[in-house]
This record gives sequence, structure tokens and C-alpha cells, in this order.
Amino acid sequence: MAVWLDSRRGAVRAAKALAAAIVTAALVGGCHQDMWSQPKAKAQSKNDMVFADSSNSRPTVPGTVAYGKADLDHEFETGYDRNGHLVKEFPMPVTPDLVKRGQDRFRIFCTPCHGELGDGQGFIAKRGFTQARPVGNYLTERLRNMPIGHFFDVITNGYGTMFPYRSRIVPYDRWAIASYIRVLQVSAHTPVSEIPADKQAELNAMKYTPDQDAPKELPIGPPPARELNAPGGQAGNRVASGMTTIPAATNGGRH
Amino acid sequence: MAQIFKPAMNTVCTVSIFVGAVVPFAILFTGSRITRGPLNTKVENPLDQPAPFSHKHHAYELGLDCRFCHTGVEDNAQAGLPATEVCMTCHSQIWTNSPNLEAIRKSWESNTPIQWNKVNTVPDFVYFNHSIHVARGIVCNNCHGPVNKMPMTWKGEDFRMMWCLECHKDPSKYLYKDDAHPELTPKQQVFNFYKKLAAGDPLTPEEQELADGLPQLVPPDKTHEGVALMKERGINVKQLKDCYICHH
Repeated sequence: MAVWLDSRRGAVRAAKALAAAIVTAALVGGCHQDMWSQPKAKAQSKNDMVFADSSNSRPTVPGTVAYGKADLDHEFETGYDRNGHLVKEFPMPVTPDLVKRGQDRFRIFCTPCHGELGDGQGFIAKRGFTQARPVGNYLTERLRNMPIGHFFDVITNGYGTMFPYRSRIVPYDRWAIASYIRVLQVSAHTPVSEIPADKQAELNAMKYTPDQDAPKELPIGPPPARELNAPGGQAGNRVASGMTTIPAATNGGRH
Repeated sequence: MAQIFKPAMNTVCTVSIFVGAVVPFAILFTGSRITRGPLNTKVENPLDQPAPFSHKHHAYELGLDCRFCHTGVEDNAQAGLPATEVCMTCHSQIWTNSPNLEAIRKSWESNTPIQWNKVNTVPDFVYFNHSIHVARGIVCNNCHGPVNKMPMTWKGEDFRMMWCLECHKDPSKYLYKDDAHPELTPKQQVFNFYKKLAAGDPLTPEEQELADGLPQLVPPDKTHEGVALMKERGINVKQLKDCYICHH
């Protein structure tokens, strides 16, 4: 042993072996999950490190204005003018793109209750949402004569049993939906004779009647309504009090 | 001179060669099956939730759009779980006595978020972005399994890196194209797929596979279509394999 260590070569070899053992031990001992689960706040995740309720974010204080969302264009943001009257004109040019965007959004958020035609016969309406009061029918005289700001206001703040959609639909899309509602209103009250001849043929080929899809009897009746918010009246009048957990689009999808 | 090896040593040799050659592989194979199997990855393992939410009922039987609840999916990295407010949009009026919805009502009345059990997770060093995937025509079912058939939600795929790369190496096999609605953008086609399912529209064999939760593999005779789609949608395959695409 002593002879072996005496040689310079042997000492280097022993040092190398020792170093390899230390590195191996460090690598094996270093196997842990720190990278896998990092102490950072991810959207909608649980986090016990900061707040007592384990939430990563705080509920917004009433009246909070999101960064970059200051109410600079009052009519665009609220649907009312500065005198408190509903606006009668769109605060932007109404283009085919706007209407198409409105159709796209309408079919996500509005058709469940208001139906594809806006007649208030969506599948949720048919399943019992009409118990408290009928779902709005855009094709009525009253709503056809409403200023456009009304539709923006209802989407933003809700109406009757309808919940507010301000946390789910951005203002531009709300105006887009309002423009598509106008399209539905006009199309439902336009005589076939006023449609261009080639489009008439297309329409006749479709042979669609609104009631075709309607079930013969009401499907699955809902249980009797329960008083959700006893003193405050309709549940729909209660706006989401800052408990919205939908990630805001403010970070543009970056992390 | 006596024999060194007795005849019985033949058997010992055969067995030791067999054991030495096979057992290490058997251990490796078993280990990999366990770590890659549902026991570890939790695939097709429906989790208990505070309220028994059914995607099958809401997204398929009713035909509610995915984006009604997952509002972030088009613009954000996260698709997002809906706030209690979204549940109460309908359930303030419908099924208001149902015991299944007790957790929702409690959350609404106490102004406390519901703590759902997370079904799909990626490690913290992976930065997955939903918006780009749906924008290029990857259908929800491609990664999340047959969501339209899930009474309780389970994890559709194992989300191992190898699985991600399977598509990132050649997305042409997985891009969705709806030949019945060519006027729609790839993203609109993705969500229209669920409208077609709910409406009971006729499906192509590939669409049927997608609805059943099988990976939508483009048949060999249609490969060129997938490649053309990639070009049309501006998908740069070389870039897709770069590390920073997911780890930045």
C-alpha cells in the first residue's frame, strides 16, 4: 500500500477515484424535484407560501381598473354617453369583420339561452331558465327599437336573471355581438322579396324552420327554484364580487 | 484426472446464461412499464372533484362551446378553469336544488373559489401555450382525449416529453381540417368540430377517431395534404424541435 501511494501516479489515481466518488454521491444526492415544482405562482394554482387562503392572487377591490384599461373612451367602455344616456351609434365603424366576430362570439356565449336566431329559444332556455322570467327575445318590437348601447350594457352588467359577462367578453367583442344582434333583428323582419334573387334560391334550398329543432315537450323539468340570495332578490342582480378567477388577457399570453 | 465439472453444471450454465441475459432486461422493461403506465402518469384515471362536473353532458349532450367556460384558450397560455360565476350563470336558475351542485352554491355564497383537483399538469419548466395550438388546428381531443365522452374528467394523454415530440417532429399527421367548412379559420374549425359532434353531423373516419379519443393519424395517402396544411398555416417544423419552444 505504502509503495503504491509513494508513486506520484498512484496519488493522482487515488485523487481521481475520490473525486469520482464525490461527484457520483453529489449527483445521486442531488436528485430532487426542485425544477419540476418550482416555488412560483402559476395561474389558478395553490400556493401556501404567501396568502393565508392559499390563493396566488387577491380578489379585486370593487372599482378596480385593469392596467391599460382606464375608462378613456367612456362610450366604448360603458355603452352610455357622459350624460348617462344609452348610445345610439356604434363607437367604431361597423364592418363585415366586426359582424363576423360578433357572430363567432354570439355562438359561444349567447346561443345557449337566446338561441341561434336570437328568439330566446336556446337549449338552456328550453331546459328551464324561463322559470323565473322568459329569456330575452331580440326580435320583439321593444328590443328592435332599443338603442345599441342597451345591448352592450346588458352584456356588460347583466339583466334580470342574466349574469354579467364583463369578465368573460372584452368590450370590443361586446360591441361585435351587439352588431350581430342587429343583424338578427333586421334579417328576421326582412321580407324574402327584398333579398337578392340568387340568395333567395339559396334560402329556399335550406328549408329551415325555427321550430324544427324544438322538442315536442319540455325536456327534463328543473327542480323548483331555490332562494339563492334571499334578501337581495334575483341572483342575477348580484354581480361577481371580485371572485373571478379567469386569467386576464393582460399579459398577452406570456409568462 | 477427475472431471472438473459434473454433468449437472450444464443446467447451471444454461440457467445462469438465461438469467444473466434476460433478467436485467426484464427489470428494465417492468420498470419502464410501471413509470410510463397509468399508475404513474394517471392517464384515464378520473379524479374526484368537489362537484361532479360532466364534460359529456355539457359539451356533448348540451352542445355548450368549450370557450363558454375555458375563456382563455384562444388568447392565453392557460385555457383556464371557469370561475364560480360561470357555473352560476345557468345554475342560479337550473338544478338549483341538486346536491351535486352544493359545492358551487357554497362557493358562491361564501365568495371562496372552488378548489378543483387538477387533472392535467406539466412540470414547471415546461411552458405550454394553448392559444397557438388551437390557432394552428390542434383539436382539444388530440391532447385531452375523448373529452366529449367523459362523465368525470380524466387525463387523456401522459404528457411525457416523448409524446409532445411525436407531434412536434411532424405535425402534419395531427392537423385538423374540416372539409365541410373550408370557409372557417383553423381555430374556428377546431371548435366547430364539437358543434358537429353535438349536432350529430356525419363524420369522416379521421373525425370519428378524434371523437373516440384515438390520435388522429392522417392516412398515408393523405400525407401530402397534411404537409400542404403545415405550409398554409405557417408551421415551421425545424423551429418546433428547438428546446426553447417549450423550455424558455
